[in-house]
Amino acid sequence: MKDDDFGITRRGVLASGGASLAIATVPPVRAEIPSAPQPMPAAMKVALTVNGRKRTLDIDTRTTLLDALREHLHLTGTKKGCDHGQCGACTVLVDGRRINSCLSLAVMHEGDEVTTIEGLGTPDRLHPMQAAFVKHDGYQCGYCTPGQICSAVAVLDEIRNGVPSHATRDLNARPRATNDEMRERMSGNICRCGAYSNILDAMTEVAGRRT
Amino acid sequence: MRPFSYERVSTPAGAASAAARTQGAKFIAGGTNLLDLMKLEIEAPTHLIDVNGIGLDRIEPTAEGGLRIGALVRNTDLAADKRVRKDYALLSRALLAGASGQLRNKATTAGNLLQRTRCPYFYDTNQPCNKRKPGSGCAAIGGYSRQLGVIGTSDACIATHPSDMAIAMRALDATVETVKPDGATRAIPIAEFHRLPGDTPHIETVLEPGELITAATLPAPVGGTHIYHKVRDRASYAFALVSVGAIVQRDGSGRVAVGGIAHKPWRVEAAEAAMPRGAKAVADGLLAGARPTRDNAFKLTLVERTLGAVLAQARG
Repeated sequence: MKDDDFGITRRGVLASGGASLAIATVPPVRAEIPSAPQPMPAAMKVALTVNGRKRTLDIDTRTTLLDALREHLHLTGTKKGCDHGQCGACTVLVDGRRINSCLSLAVMHEGDEVTTIEGLGTPDRLHPMQAAFVKHDGYQCGYCTPGQICSAVAVLDEIRNGVPSHATRDLNARPRATNDEMRERMSGNICRCGAYSNILDAMTEVAGRRT
Repeated sequence: MRPFSYERVSTPAGAASAAARTQGAKFIAGGTNLLDLMKLEIEAPTHLIDVNGIGLDRIEPTAEGGLRIGALVRNTDLAADKRVRKDYALLSRALLAGASGQLRNKATTAGNLLQRTRCPYFYDTNQPCNKRKPGSGCAAIGGYSRQLGVIGTSDACIATHPSDMAIAMRALDATVETVKPDGATRAIPIAEFHRLPGDTPHIETVLEPGELITAATLPAPVGGTHIYHKVRDRASYAFALVSVGAIVQRDGSGRVAVGGIAHKPWRVEAAEAAMPRGAKAVADGLLAGARPTRDNAFKLTLVERTLGAVLAQARG
């Protein structure tokens, strides 16, 4: 047996702990038996650009974009929170638009350009939004932060491009980066530490620089 | 998630015929609802047909002065379209009241119409649910039903349709255009598109197997003041307890469709004649025959009061 078979990582412990918990608490009930015969797991090739680099993957069709980024490309900056599109921790930019990477299949991104938190900036050259989050303390535990930052960058783009929101008073006027607008537009990113007001401060600073 | 095979198609007709060819196939576009349900194995297609490459992503004027919205137009783009914002503000408002920015960037016009219910018992595979597993029973009846339907329900199902967009489409008299696997096309008035649960709550629309939505068409603008008022447990990113979509003309006449209360967008044209007489008169007609549960009887009052707020706002 190789040495690294015994390698224990925090992620490994969390993953196995989660699995045993699931076995202990969830009865083996699966209500849905599809009428058609279930195919064997299928693998497919997909070529996409991630943070400016062309990548080709040969992956199970079931793999989400989130899992492709984290488990296959080892870009673990993008986080898995709820895995059901409710928390926003997995937010990335695809062709410049923010999406929940957990609710998208990797094989559906042939030819797409994906930007993750690692592609926005680096520790040496922070994206202005990353720098503003640091300056304004826009996080506590940091788990939701990559998703918050990707979302915040896209929100300012959406406002600049005139995309209205639920908070926009006049649908036929250009939206502005007000507190109400930014809060509404960030509602798909949950922060259980409650750093919302500091996130808003960070966004306000970056919006101010742009407009 | 159960294993599935996957293919991309390049034309609407190709999509429909691929669906007819493969038993257990489903179309996937935005995927925001389908993948959520596939992870829970509530949906278990054996084959996915990716329709994102078939075009149908434009909003075009119709000869009748309306708009033809391609099935794959994303919710963000539809809400932001200048013509929609100006002439069909109700539709923009309803879209923007739903989901999150991330989801609206992915979710499509056709997919929005085909959303499955958010009934907690549909989502919990340990519970009986006639919609998820026909004949297994309904755990929502006698269960926690605060969010669920009050009208048009049946002894088999009290689920609601979760869409905001569909409420606006119903008030705007949209038409759903489709293509069938044999190439035949048809136009379905939105009023007839969604079904009441009856004793077959697993059949939610009149679409036939393999039939693909190609567009939603809006008739020429009708003017008036457009208001979408959504009442929910938090101010953003939550499904409606009750929502009211209304178009109110200067003489007080108008149209109203209600969300959060039924298995389909709820509109009773006959009740709209009472609009100049106020919310109570309209609500009485809209909600005649309602069968609320103890948990959700408050929705009857909430519909009337939300409608009252909408009519007051329309008067300015």
